[in-house]
Amino acid sequence: MDINELSALELGQQIQKKEISVKEAVEASFQKIEEKEPTLNCYVTTDYEGALLQAEAVQDRINRGERMGALAGVPIAVKDNICTKNLRTTCSSKMLYNFVPTYDSEAVTKLKNAGLIILGKTNMDEFGMGSTTETSYYGVTKNPWDITRVPGGSSGGSCAAVAAKETFLALGTDTGGSIRQPSAFCGVTGLKPTYGTVSRYGLIAYGSSLEQIGPIGKNVSDCAALLELIYGRDVKDSTSVVECDASPDGSFMGMLKEDVRGLRIGIPKEFLAEGLNEEVKASVLKAAHGFEENGAIVEEFSLANVSYAIPAYYIIASCEASSNLGRYDGVKYGYRSKEYQGLTDMYRKSRTEGFGTEVKRRIMLGSFALSSGYYEAYYLKALKARTLMKQEFEKAFAKYDLILGPTAPTTAMKLGENLQDPIQMYLGDMDTIFANMTGCPAISIPCGMDSKGLPIGLQLMANCFREDTLIQAAYAYERFSEA
Amino acid sequence: MKEYEIVIGLEVHVELATKSKIFCGCSTAFGGAPNSHTCPVCTGMPGSLPVLNKKVVEYAMAVGLATNCAISPQTKFDRKNYFYPDNPQDYQISQLYLPICRDGFVEIDVEGKKKVGIHEIHMEEDAGKLIHDETKDCSYVDYNRAGVPLIEIVSKPDMRSAKEVIAYLEKLRILIQYLGVSDCKLQEGSMRADVNLSVRLRGETEYGTRTEMKNLSSFKAITRAVDYESKRQIALLESGQVVEQETRRWDDEKGASFTMRSKEDAQDYRYFPEPDLLPLLIDHAWIETIKAKQPEFRDEKIKRYQTEYQIPEYDILILTENKHTADIFEATVALGANPKKVSNWIMGEALRLLKESEKDAKDLCLTPAHLAKLIELVDKRVINNTTAKEVFEVMFHEDVDPEKYVREHGLKMEMEDGQLEDMIRQVIEDNPQSVEDYRNGKKKAMGFLVGQTMKATKGKADPAAINRILSELLDN
Repeated sequence: MDINELSALELGQQIQKKEISVKEAVEASFQKIEEKEPTLNCYVTTDYEGALLQAEAVQDRINRGERMGALAGVPIAVKDNICTKNLRTTCSSKMLYNFVPTYDSEAVTKLKNAGLIILGKTNMDEFGMGSTTETSYYGVTKNPWDITRVPGGSSGGSCAAVAAKETFLALGTDTGGSIRQPSAFCGVTGLKPTYGTVSRYGLIAYGSSLEQIGPIGKNVSDCAALLELIYGRDVKDSTSVVECDASPDGSFMGMLKEDVRGLRIGIPKEFLAEGLNEEVKASVLKAAHGFEENGAIVEEFSLANVSYAIPAYYIIASCEASSNLGRYDGVKYGYRSKEYQGLTDMYRKSRTEGFGTEVKRRIMLGSFALSSGYYEAYYLKALKARTLMKQEFEKAFAKYDLILGPTAPTTAMKLGENLQDPIQMYLGDMDTIFANMTGCPAISIPCGMDSKGLPIGLQLMANCFREDTLIQAAYAYERFSEA
Repeated sequence: MKEYEIVIGLEVHVELATKSKIFCGCSTAFGGAPNSHTCPVCTGMPGSLPVLNKKVVEYAMAVGLATNCAISPQTKFDRKNYFYPDNPQDYQISQLYLPICRDGFVEIDVEGKKKVGIHEIHMEEDAGKLIHDETKDCSYVDYNRAGVPLIEIVSKPDMRSAKEVIAYLEKLRILIQYLGVSDCKLQEGSMRADVNLSVRLRGETEYGTRTEMKNLSSFKAITRAVDYESKRQIALLESGQVVEQETRRWDDEKGASFTMRSKEDAQDYRYFPEPDLLPLLIDHAWIETIKAKQPEFRDEKIKRYQTEYQIPEYDILILTENKHTADIFEATVALGANPKKVSNWIMGEALRLLKESEKDAKDLCLTPAHLAKLIELVDKRVINNTTAKEVFEVMFHEDVDPEKYVREHGLKMEMEDGQLEDMIRQVIEDNPQSVEDYRNGKKKAMGFLVGQTMKATKGKADPAAINRILSELLDN
């Protein structure tokens, strides 16, 4: 049996039954890492020794007969913008090349309590800013399906690691599509939960009002199991909502049933419009047809004000980023320029040398949009556009249980293709940013291949707090599309 | 010279006396090794998030209610972005767009009563402290104070003289001390005032260009700074120049202020709503709960004292200057003690001892039941006044029960008249010269004989009794 071929839940079961030891699982992952990393570069930091120590401790707990969850002993990779105590966390930036957190993020604490084994920290676009993982200071990650192509981003390392079986599961973060788009490009499943349902405590902030930590796995079941672990209210995060406390244990695993009868699914015409790759469109429509065949009610509808989505999103994200990234000033931690004269010079040089081009572009964009005289024209207007989008989605979810569309307008691009043209890169977020602007949950699941042999992603969105609907529909799709 | 009017508005920062910081659970206690009262939140660690301390909101509401402000039903925090090493996140969480309190006033009395308007009160976090090491040419930063809660009380430009400024600050200080939400010490920085000042010709309706003055660490400094700045501005206008809008720093040693930054150098703080904190909704019930907990303030107390207790106006003003002394006074009187006698003890001995031990009135540790008992002991002539003062001093330092203390230390006046008379006869016999002086009309000699008797009785006799018996024996 090749351990790496198992799903996370299958592995968890084998570990519970003591068919496979936790150490064997960890060794299997590291074998794959050793084999693939020189080509793919999914990880910024791997922690072999730490993983073995964790494995030993978890094995002890299992052997003592401690009741543990379905994922106990399963190796997982964590995106490098999620704080891990005593394990370097860089956000793929030179700015944090030496930053070792003094505390665990809430999500990681939950993973550790549940006995998952952290293999290392995965590569990403610097501070999450990018859609290709090419803005990383630590080199690009390559798409396991075609190493001349990008894995998508910003959680490119996490998605590529799952696709290449360098881990069984991964945590990603999604500010504008950063879990879903690389999941689509890498042919894995990734879910962005409702804003406020997974604690952001310990997630290094980029766009605070937009981002969530979410699960990435080989299939819907694995994602559901991991989501169940990290979901829930955290008093350390003031934006974490009380509503998610209502979900009883097992609510997501319990949704893994093959039934979409009577489900109302809407497809926004705008998601199928100009700019969408024909092969992607065909796959998505085929998936929609599949839902219909299995008893769902599918229809097209129109979303208003779609053209404002991308500019509004980039203003809000950049404004928040310009403030969130202020703290990287060379004073307390991280990179400090070697030579400087006085405080202002230290700030200027440290930030000039420590940040990459895309990060600097967004800090400047955000600082400009927030500056006095422009605040009303940009930031306030973007907030208003966001409110309109929320209203538009409320209307849509009054009619539909799910909104279906492509995760990204294309499949994975060639390395370097998008880097020269940031506007083109921003436009690629068109399908994913609505879930961040409105806070609703969304999932990307594989829905076939294009003629180049590259995976295509299908995106489903549900109303806030309806991860259950999302998981059930995605799981059902996974089943009937296999058949 | 033309007649000018001075226009002043104040921005007053008050450090709130909560046990923990505004956005994390760290202690606000003074002292402690540098950075010992810190956590990921108040050191601005990547990934940390603020959680609002509810007590801060309640304290701010209490000050708002005490200053007749409207409490906002919805209040929000905003980020004020600027780079400085004492500011760990390089933004300060403050309130710009929806402050917690608005549109209040306090009444001051300087040559007649007048209202000083309060524009708004908002909540924010304090910064850390930089320590510069000149010898090593480097700086250190201590984040123990970072995240300590502050409120900023912004007045309207309603003050017209330094006296009004001081009256306004005194008023705020006493209101806030009565609420127990801060000790408001200018010298220690728990209360800080920035003065916005402009001048205009009397009768003019438009305001002149104002300057903002910082680094004012005492009432005296404020008075001097107002005087200096108004004269400086008037001199500029008189010589045909204009006042520049700028921030100035007061140098108390030099007795002058200097430009800190001009309008052109003013920072753009790029305020925007803090995305890590949700808007805070304050409902009517919550406001009512805070209202119900408001103490009787000084003005009301003064009025009540005037009708309820037969004590002089001067006593009332001193007793009510601090809520703590007023509380002790009232509680002691409630136990049946004579108000004037209670007032005498507090205003006399208690304040003297406080001054002597360099303590604040709020640190006065005096159990009302003990004070009442002490007064009763004197009234019943169990001890005399001199002994009472000694006992009081022990009570002041150690909070002892005076009755028990008198008993255990044998301070009770145990002299029967007969026994006392014998001792006085002995004193008369031992001091013939004084007796003769007295009989020759030197009434002062009486004092000497009383003193000798007190000495002989080791202070246990009632001076009134000594006087009575001595007079009887000498005059017959």
